[in-house]
Amino acid sequence: MSSATVTTHPTAADAPVAGPAVVVENLRVAFAGREVVHGISFAAERGSCLAIVGESGSGKSVSARSLVGLAGPGAEVRADTLAVGGLDVRGFGERSWRRVRGDRIGFVLQDALVSLDPVRPVGREIAEALRVHGVVPRSGRREKVLELLRDAAVPEPELRAAQRPGELSGGLCQRALIASALAADPDVIVADEPTTALDVTVQAQVLELLADLKRAGRTIVLISHDLSVVAHLADHVLVMAGGRVVEEGPAGQVLGAPREPYTRALLQAVPGAGTRGQRLSPAPQVPLPPSPGRRRSAPGADGSPVLAAHGLVKDFPLPDGGRLRAVDDVGFSLRAGSTLGVVGESGSGKSTTARLALALESADRGSVELHGAAWSGLAEKHRRGRRGAISVVSQDPLSSFDPRWSVEQVLLDAVPGADHPTAAARRARVADLVARVGLDPAVLGRRPLTLSGGQRQRVAIARALAPDPDVVVLDEAVSALDVSVQAQILDLLVDLQQAFGLAYLFISHDLGVISHLSDHVLVMKDGRVVEEGHPEQLFTPPADPYTRRLVASLRRLETRPALERTTP
Amino acid sequence: MTTTTTRPEAPAAARPARAARPRPGVLFTGLAAVVLGVAAAAPWLLAPADPDAIDLAATLQPPSPTHWFGTDEIGRDLYTRVVHGAGQSLTIGVGAAAVALLLAVLLALAATLAPGPVATATDRVIDVLFAFPTLLLALLLVSVLGPAPQTLVVAVGVGVAPGYARMVRAQLLGARRSPYVEAATALGHRRTRIVARHVLPNALRPLVAVFALSVGQCVVWASSLSFLGLGVAPPASEWGALLEAGRAYVTVAGWLVVLPGLAIVALAVTATALGRALQSHLEPGE
Repeated sequence: MSSATVTTHPTAADAPVAGPAVVVENLRVAFAGREVVHGISFAAERGSCLAIVGESGSGKSVSARSLVGLAGPGAEVRADTLAVGGLDVRGFGERSWRRVRGDRIGFVLQDALVSLDPVRPVGREIAEALRVHGVVPRSGRREKVLELLRDAAVPEPELRAAQRPGELSGGLCQRALIASALAADPDVIVADEPTTALDVTVQAQVLELLADLKRAGRTIVLISHDLSVVAHLADHVLVMAGGRVVEEGPAGQVLGAPREPYTRALLQAVPGAGTRGQRLSPAPQVPLPPSPGRRRSAPGADGSPVLAAHGLVKDFPLPDGGRLRAVDDVGFSLRAGSTLGVVGESGSGKSTTARLALALESADRGSVELHGAAWSGLAEKHRRGRRGAISVVSQDPLSSFDPRWSVEQVLLDAVPGADHPTAAARRARVADLVARVGLDPAVLGRRPLTLSGGQRQRVAIARALAPDPDVVVLDEAVSALDVSVQAQILDLLVDLQQAFGLAYLFISHDLGVISHLSDHVLVMKDGRVVEEGHPEQLFTPPADPYTRRLVASLRRLETRPALERTTP
Repeated sequence: MTTTTTRPEAPAAARPARAARPRPGVLFTGLAAVVLGVAAAAPWLLAPADPDAIDLAATLQPPSPTHWFGTDEIGRDLYTRVVHGAGQSLTIGVGAAAVALLLAVLLALAATLAPGPVATATDRVIDVLFAFPTLLLALLLVSVLGPAPQTLVVAVGVGVAPGYARMVRAQLLGARRSPYVEAATALGHRRTRIVARHVLPNALRPLVAVFALSVGQCVVWASSLSFLGLGVAPPASEWGALLEAGRAYVTVAGWLVVLPGLAIVALAVTATALGRALQSHLEPGE
């Protein structure tokens, strides 16, 4: 292995060689003989950002990781050209890689919390990178660490350098990770989904930091599934699918006027305020059989809310004896056939609100009414018989299924025996549910573990529909899905709502999804509702500063030249 | 074109799925289990001679083609005795493991599903019992009940039970707080139905594998007690008793201790390996 290729550190004398900072030609990556990247080529100019977008399994991550020699265990990486920062990195051994990584190429991963050593203060993590690459002498190291943290927009760097990752917020961790990636001042930064695990407003700060780095002349290779992130940062976009490049070009052209149907479908799948009432996925509507289930006496036909909450307060005890107010004076009302969106960051109390609505958690103050009758505050045995009227779909459907059960068992268990007394009737009901959510009946015999993310979520929706509910609580129900799958599930939810007059309590951190679906939106922060109204209203100057930031983060993608949409 | 193979340094993002073909370890374990099973059920197939046949002309013989494991101080063939002792050792191990898990499940059920005060009290009892060294607990019972094979089963079972009780309790708690139990609650199912359909099956399923693991552990504990003279009395060829009998000759006839000791190790390892194989087969992994 040619470890002799790297002998010197780049110094001031190392004038940047002309030409692109990253050149890849005919890159192929295979695992155990199975090729996952089929000969892709791209180049990134100095001081620009190249974005690789695609859905899970498109090969985007593996391609980018090949640039830093971290394609994965057993990966066979082959290329005609693989040049990063003027270095031919083909045939690099682990030692050569270690010398270049962090020095010439910085690597920022998705999840800072697992990328940083949990028991080491972040300052020392960064100092370690400085030491390994011999950037500054020992005496100047601490000052350099603080400088790097300051550059990464970490407030109070002296304090933060002494803290461990667990003591920092997700956004601060991510910035500390970027600071450590920048320690040796690399020319090229490979960022693999750098903002995916972050809240929208924090995401904006991290993007701003990356934009600053680009302005300072660094080359950024950005991997993302999130088109709004890409729109914000990228100069050049590469769309990947199935290990091949589907389309590439300047960001404005690819995101604004895509030539390829795949790119077009991908962009149309992104929900937002402008997509209300439109179908997001090219898939046709699933024909909905008439519901043979029981119908309650036309719920909410008189205009009264099916679900209403008044002045909800929920405290959780803290380990130090204090109390955390997770939900503070939250109220709402939800009418049949309508959707109430609750949007907010992690820790804003939106999930606790959902659990209070489901009466899985008891409120400290306030009340929830279902069909105008008391719901919270009852003993569970009085509630049990009415639970069928309100059901739930959670973010992680897999963990909500008994791991021993097949899809059929999961669904049979959810069909109320009172309405379907015979085994044959229950089976018929399950077959009907599976058809309603657009699943192939063949999945019935399989375990949820073996299904794709979208299929699992369809099973979860089928289960939620089994008792023929009036209200469905959807807690981040599409957040873990790829954008095209998310589009299909959102379309399905709209179809089901129209067919059965369902009321949705839709919880999400994604304002785009919320404004696509909701008739009324609550914006939550620190347990309180800071703003509410019709989604359109939120965009005509929101009064609350937090909502303004949220809306601004969504705007980035929306301000692109409008795409022509196909409305089936 | 150059080929680079990256060494396993990246996180397990793209780790290939575990190969499904049987590993040699599993085959070996299976073979050992079959041999042990035959020795326990039909020892005469492996060692047709009488385990108590005395041959004063050939005392303390080292291992040889005629006496594979050598002979003891009164000329009994050690191989025959080890084979014929397998049944008793295994019975004691399986019995003790059964007692241990039964007790553990009962304690854990009381500690998790019983009404508040009962659960808390049981929890404390488990903690106190767990603080006792296993051997001490077992010794206590043997001294109360008197040394006998049946006593050994009970004593070892009670001795190792607290550790398993804590494990089963954690399993039950984990299952009770799982999202699928919450999903069942949200569907309006009754508590008894949720416990019967979700909590118990998911919490107790790992016990199938744990049972095999604990057989190995119990055999070792039972042998220890026999070795201390608190288990099976000397004429029997239970493996712990063989160890005890050979102890006096350890300097002149080491095989009397080493070979039965190896048999105990082989049984414990086989049971443990079997348990692990069962565990990875039954648990829904990634």
